[in-house]
Amino acid sequence: MYFDNFADFLAMGKHGFYVWLCYGITAVVIVVNIIAPMLQRKKLIEQQARLQRREKNNAS
Amino acid sequence: MWEALKRLYHRMGSPKWFYEISTRWLPWFAIPAGLCLIVGTVWGLAFAPADYQQGNSFRIIYIHVPAALLAQSAFAMMAMAGAVFLIWRMKMAAWVAASIAPIGASFCFLALITGAIWGKPTWGTWWVWDARLTSMLLLLFLYFGVMALQQAMDTEDNSAKAGAILSLVGLVNIPIIKYSVDWWNTLHQPATLTLTEKPAMATEMLIPLLIMIAGFYLLFATLVFLRTRNKILWHERKKSWVNKLIQTPAGRS
Repeated sequence: MYFDNFADFLAMGKHGFYVWLCYGITAVVIVVNIIAPMLQRKKLIEQQARLQRREKNNAS
Repeated sequence: MWEALKRLYHRMGSPKWFYEISTRWLPWFAIPAGLCLIVGTVWGLAFAPADYQQGNSFRIIYIHVPAALLAQSAFAMMAMAGAVFLIWRMKMAAWVAASIAPIGASFCFLALITGAIWGKPTWGTWWVWDARLTSMLLLLFLYFGVMALQQAMDTEDNSAKAGAILSLVGLVNIPIIKYSVDWWNTLHQPATLTLTEKPAMATEMLIPLLIMIAGFYLLFATLVFLRTRNKILWHERKKSWVNKLIQTPAGRS
């Protein structure tokens, strides 16, 4: 490890704010990009399943 | 060889085939992507040495450079998919292009914002209107333009066409971004990585960067799969194979 202790690691010299802000924003953007299509998929499938059930009920 | 390529091309045009093959491929992209991103981040943040001039702020490079590279390649891929749609009317290509646009825009945004945050301690300013930064901002606006056009027209076909045309025109911006640091005087440092020269970076700084780049590209592939699969499900929702898939519990997960 490059840093002597955890406090040094968090401080990043005097650049802690800049470094952690960058990594934080990136983590948020990546997580949103993963979650959004998964939620959309769930919604799509539920919607289609409901439609199918309704059509089946109407037919019988 | 040519025949095999042609066969692959025709298969790629089939939404059902793409859906099924991507089901199998997804973990092979998603898991290595996660591993690369974790290893690269820990290595870059905690183990790589600090830069002798920039100190620890240089660690932002492990996001900034992969995001910037990917934002440009994604735009080129989106334009290629657009061209395939325009020439051969392949619907799958239009869906892939529409899937790439918001993902590429996300990475373009990340490149810009991490660049700005890095600029503050390094240059003393968040933003300058120099060639590299301005052409990169233009790339973000081109992404927004393509995304808007992809849903702007009366029919889906026309929207896809309009988006494809703007993405092909926007390709002009890619070499401008690349050479902006050579053509104009700029605050931005020249390219960190080149294919022709030995990297100027120390090996222990370079390896985590290469791992992060691999991770970003793998993540990009994963995200494009996820979005394209949703588009397939939506467009093929009346087809029997989708109906069957929805009824099985495995298809739901």
